[in-house]
Amino acid sequence: MQEYITELSKYAIAVLMAVHTFCSFLSLSDRVEKSGVVHMIQTLLLFAVQLLMFVDLALVTKDAWYVVFYVFVQAFLLAAAIMVPVVYERANRLLLDNMCLLLGTGLCIISRLYFHRAVKQYIIVLVSLTGSLFIPWLLTRIRFLKKLTWMYAGVGSVMLSVVLILGEVTHGSRLSFTVFDVTFQPSEFVKILFVFFLAAALWENTSFQRVALTAVIAGIHVVVLVVSRDLGSALIFFVGYVFVVFGATKNYLYLLAGALGGSGAAWGAYHLFSHVRNRVTAWQDPWSFIDTKGYAITQSLFAIGSGSWFGMGLSQGNPTAIPYVEADFIFSAVCEELGVVTGICIILISLACFLEILKIASRIKDRFYQLIVYGIGIMYIFQIFLTIGGGIKLIPLTGVTLPFISYGGSSIMTTMIMFFIIQGIYIRMQQEGGRHLAGKTGPARKQRQR
Amino acid sequence: MQGRQDRHESSDSAKKREARRLDNKRELFATGFFFAALFAVLTGYLGYFTATSEQEMINNSYNSRQEILLSRNYRGAIYSRDGEVLARTILDEGQNESREYPFSNLFSHIVGYSTNGRMGVEALANYYLINTSTSLSNKAANDVAGVKNPGDNVYTTLDVQIQEVADNQLNIYKGAIVVTEVSTGKILAMVSHPDFDPNQIGAIWDSLLEDKNSSVLLNRATQGLYPPGSTFKIVTALEYIRENPDTYGNYSFQCPGWFASGGSRISCYHGTSHGQVGFERSFAKSCNSSFANIGVGLDRDRFRETLEGLLFDKPLPVSLSCSKSSVTISGETSTAEMLQTSIGQGRTQITPLHLNMITSAIANDGVLMKPYVVDHVENDAGRVVKSFSPESYGQLLTEEEAGILKELMTAVVESGTASKLSGQSYTAAGKTGSAEYNDNKGDSHAWFTGFAPAQYPEVCVTIIVEGAGSGGDYAVPIARRIFDAYFNEKK
Repeated sequence: MQEYITELSKYAIAVLMAVHTFCSFLSLSDRVEKSGVVHMIQTLLLFAVQLLMFVDLALVTKDAWYVVFYVFVQAFLLAAAIMVPVVYERANRLLLDNMCLLLGTGLCIISRLYFHRAVKQYIIVLVSLTGSLFIPWLLTRIRFLKKLTWMYAGVGSVMLSVVLILGEVTHGSRLSFTVFDVTFQPSEFVKILFVFFLAAALWENTSFQRVALTAVIAGIHVVVLVVSRDLGSALIFFVGYVFVVFGATKNYLYLLAGALGGSGAAWGAYHLFSHVRNRVTAWQDPWSFIDTKGYAITQSLFAIGSGSWFGMGLSQGNPTAIPYVEADFIFSAVCEELGVVTGICIILISLACFLEILKIASRIKDRFYQLIVYGIGIMYIFQIFLTIGGGIKLIPLTGVTLPFISYGGSSIMTTMIMFFIIQGIYIRMQQEGGRHLAGKTGPARKQRQR
Repeated sequence: MQGRQDRHESSDSAKKREARRLDNKRELFATGFFFAALFAVLTGYLGYFTATSEQEMINNSYNSRQEILLSRNYRGAIYSRDGEVLARTILDEGQNESREYPFSNLFSHIVGYSTNGRMGVEALANYYLINTSTSLSNKAANDVAGVKNPGDNVYTTLDVQIQEVADNQLNIYKGAIVVTEVSTGKILAMVSHPDFDPNQIGAIWDSLLEDKNSSVLLNRATQGLYPPGSTFKIVTALEYIRENPDTYGNYSFQCPGWFASGGSRISCYHGTSHGQVGFERSFAKSCNSSFANIGVGLDRDRFRETLEGLLFDKPLPVSLSCSKSSVTISGETSTAEMLQTSIGQGRTQITPLHLNMITSAIANDGVLMKPYVVDHVENDAGRVVKSFSPESYGQLLTEEEAGILKELMTAVVESGTASKLSGQSYTAAGKTGSAEYNDNKGDSHAWFTGFAPAQYPEVCVTIIVEGAGSGGDYAVPIARRIFDAYFNEKK
């Protein structure tokens, strides 16, 4: 009996995930999103997928703790998927549904890898959501955010520098420090400050001098991160900067300059730092260094290759053979046990989130808020590209987390805050749209009719 | 009144201009497009990797998932083409597994072993052997009973009768024999001596590793590198035909039993003088002097191209692990070196499988069929899970060139060095070789490579007997027994 369930649920999960992905792209259209039917379907799919995954886990491991954990996770997801729209009537459903699906999948996979870490992650997720719920409320009230330009830059640079000097060394990089037994990775939180800085600096003044000034500040962030050996974050900050400048100035030359400057900097870093060279050689030919610097990437490829399209089944593979699987290589663990089809669904769901964020940005009249939404979107999607591309050997490894899925309190908290900032701006936009009769979105129009 | 309206209009258009300046929808759209394209690449690469690399990933010895599969499934069996068991896993009452090879030494290299590393079909088909395609109901039942699932069974192209004949004929000699089907590339038999008993692999492992001289674990058929001796005259002849397509038939040479050029001298086997010989007779009698004469006149660069076209110095398109045949010819090759090379001595080295592939391409009108040994895979209930079809590698030589070489090789059997193969119910064709491997004249490896029937070839045989003597005396009789066995079995 158990064999039937675990074998069939593998395919069922892949199919349900594919339907969920399809629904996500459907709701990019205003008409579909307005009807609300898709939202109902996606909520049902979320709970169906969760049920299948946890039944699998409980059956294979015969561990009752999974049942307990399941109950807790479902309670959380119910609260998130159903309570948030009650509190914020105008919250964006697509972002909310997809966030819940990714969070649920992440908690499930982490609990399969290291159960006690999943419990810790659960608590952080719960705290993050509770805190984040206030963000939209705050955003509709606070009016001085545009004026704090240099504070964002100052606090951000100082936080990164403090880590560089005082931070703890993990895997050769200075990333974090611990206060009261809680480990923080400040570069995650500084991402938010950085986006606010860029938006505040560029929303009304896009002169060359202004862009050059922001370049200096952005350069400080990036250089400190490179010296801390946090290459992934450095890249995310850099790409975020280039695109926000492009969005603010509408000048393609800045994109070109960014591409050229980025390539030059990459070339310089390659020749200057041996750890950069190591990453590149391990990417070019990991098989020759399978025991040393190629170990992580080859183990990741083994996991994906062994899992193939429909996976080995939850708890039936060996993803823990990959070093740091719960953080940097969580995507490979998903592919190994749930299959590459599910992996591709996760990629596409993330892309749908990004496209929805762009859609929201394109409708915001206030350039400051628009740039914040746009910048968050860029950082979110580029981080996904870095971590998945690194894990499948499309690009060199950079060691960043997969948002909403990877284990890591700072990462999950930051991403959650980012998404709720977007929700807040989205809600604010509709309220203003209602007041000034300028909004074009569906919910705003509804508001006007009321 | 008029003025106010103007002002109103101009402020309107200023607003529009301002709105246009601020509107960045197109830029946001471009951003979306850019990242969508990037993610298309990401997804495409992941899909491509998954579609092409699954087996390779599972078979890698660094992949710990092999043990996971083996903890759930027991290893499938390996069968000959007619369903005889070549290897299987026996389960005792306590579900303890042991691997059994009913033919002991007979298939030691080609079927191989699966403990202490893996070799042969055990290595090649490992992925199928440790995976299971048994029905879901069986899996469920096995799960309830607490027993492992049966791994999939692999059917090979190997023929037990032919393998037995080849093994008997090689007898106590070191050496190798390869038998393939011409039209498909199926490997019917592959023998390498000395051999070992894979049932005992655990017990004899250390002594096998210690014994560096006889290299028992080496599959000589695919990994042994030998001087090709006179069998290489097939290649020299092909090059001569290519350089003299219209006039090669007019070739003539007066053989005094030796030939000297560029300060180097070679002689015919046992110093025999062949007298006045044409092209066909030089080949049939394997006249070293005449071929050395041909060799020194060849265009070295074109010869190099021909050799590359025949896969010298290149990895062979075979999934078994093979050595690379080597040859040293370039524009600067000296006359003395050309003299040696054109009769298959000097620094040229070839594996028996490679020579078999060249021979079977000639037999198959110039088209090389990739040799293969795994025919299909079945689950425990006999349902075919995966089957492999013959695959062509491409045209190694033209149909016309193949036709000419076929005629030359037929003459070797009818009136030349392989006359021990003439007068059979079938007509064979081939080339002998006696490759000297040290300075002691007379010490030579006996070679034969050929096919039958000469007209419409079906089976291709390549034989090397180490240190036996001349190919005509020691390798040709073995070929005859193998051809006999093949055609008897067909009846």
